[in-house]
Amino acid sequence: MGDFDFAVIVNNLPFLWQGLQLSLLLTFLAVLGGIALGTLLALARLSGIKPLALAAAAYVNLIRSVPLILVIFWFYFLVPLAVGRPIGGFYSALIAFVMFEAAYYSEIMRAGIQSVKKGQVYAGQATGLGYWQIQRYIVLPQAFRNMIPILVTQGIILFQDTSLVFVVSLRDLMTVSSIVARTEGRLVEMYLFAALVYFVICFAGSLFVRRLQVRMAT
Amino acid sequence: MIEMQSVSKWYGDFKVLTDCTTQVDKGEVVVVCGPSGSGKSTLIKCVNGLEPVQEGRIVVDGAEVTARGAKLTQLRAKIGMVFQHFELYPHMSVRENLCLAQEKVLGRSRKEAESRAETLLTRVGMIDHIAKYPGQLSGGQQQRVAIARALAMDPIAMLFDEPTSALDPEMIKEVLDVMVELARDDGMTMMVVTHEMGFARKVADRVVFMDQGAIVEDRPTQEFFDAPSSERAKDFLSKILHH
Repeated sequence: MGDFDFAVIVNNLPFLWQGLQLSLLLTFLAVLGGIALGTLLALARLSGIKPLALAAAAYVNLIRSVPLILVIFWFYFLVPLAVGRPIGGFYSALIAFVMFEAAYYSEIMRAGIQSVKKGQVYAGQATGLGYWQIQRYIVLPQAFRNMIPILVTQGIILFQDTSLVFVVSLRDLMTVSSIVARTEGRLVEMYLFAALVYFVICFAGSLFVRRLQVRMAT
Repeated sequence: MIEMQSVSKWYGDFKVLTDCTTQVDKGEVVVVCGPSGSGKSTLIKCVNGLEPVQEGRIVVDGAEVTARGAKLTQLRAKIGMVFQHFELYPHMSVRENLCLAQEKVLGRSRKEAESRAETLLTRVGMIDHIAKYPGQLSGGQQQRVAIARALAMDPIAMLFDEPTSALDPEMIKEVLDVMVELARDDGMTMMVVTHEMGFARKVADRVVFMDQGAIVEDRPTQEFFDAPSSERAKDFLSKILHH
């Protein structure tokens, strides 16, 4: 145990910081995109238009039955074929995360939308507001607010999942830590460090969620 | 103004409305009453198309609500509605509650909408609460705001769906007072589902009595109270008046 050398972390801090930035950026964009697409999927499922609802349900169930790593691979190889040129690991990973997370966010938003009383929709309709206006101004703000703790929790899971982007050779925190670990021969230190960073961020996130829940309960 | 002809409605196999025919003329106040589960609320929700009907016709201000492709949003904007559970938007202040549809549906500017909102809130005695959120108000106050919200659209008629049944007894009067004033001073066309027989006696021109989804009596107020013709109405009145 005497030969731990934590100087390796300090020496590689800028490199590690870049990795963390990529992880955070990917998480942030994927959460935004996932919630946006997930909300549309939820609206489609609840629309009462059969083909639309079925298509959305099929998408959500398909994605939720497939491992994330496979989806990342798919998009890494499929998107360039569809677009006609390579778009790089970052964008293909981002698209994969958005498409994947949207399935989970859609279930959350669906529950959120259903938590808004039917009377609220009636009230909007009775004043002559149209479907999209009712969703935009009345239903979604309430649905979103009711679901904030769960949306944040899903974001924390997403942050952990970004470590999978090593398969498309993106340099996120996990990948960068591995690179340092191998090149410097300091596996234990680096993996301990990476674990600590993930733990601190995720734990802070769950504390935040708990505080939100307490505040919302009062 | 409001005309219903042989309206029937089913929820699956269950028939909730059976062959309902009635009308509300301009300036008239019609009270709809009856035991719970008799279809009163469903009937009133059909008037502005919140609930679809399977048979019959409903015509409001010359436009057929029940027609295929009816322009429901335009029609609803002209008819105000007040709900049992108020249904104020909890994430918006009282001011925003009153302005939303004025701006998005009528295309009024924020300034116009706010000035209309202020006038109506003054009228229902809620102007001091304009910046508050619904959760900070009592039930009676919320319902008065809800009435102001409906009036802000300058409706040609108002529908009230059990406006006082979710209120504590001491708050019922403040809401009924607003409604009485609306009927008497403005000559507003009103269709009111309620158990408040005092209100009915005071301002209603006619009373529609429903039971098991059908309109059993539809008569001038005085006649209805003095000499209800059906056993069911007699029974209902004896239960509701003698306690």
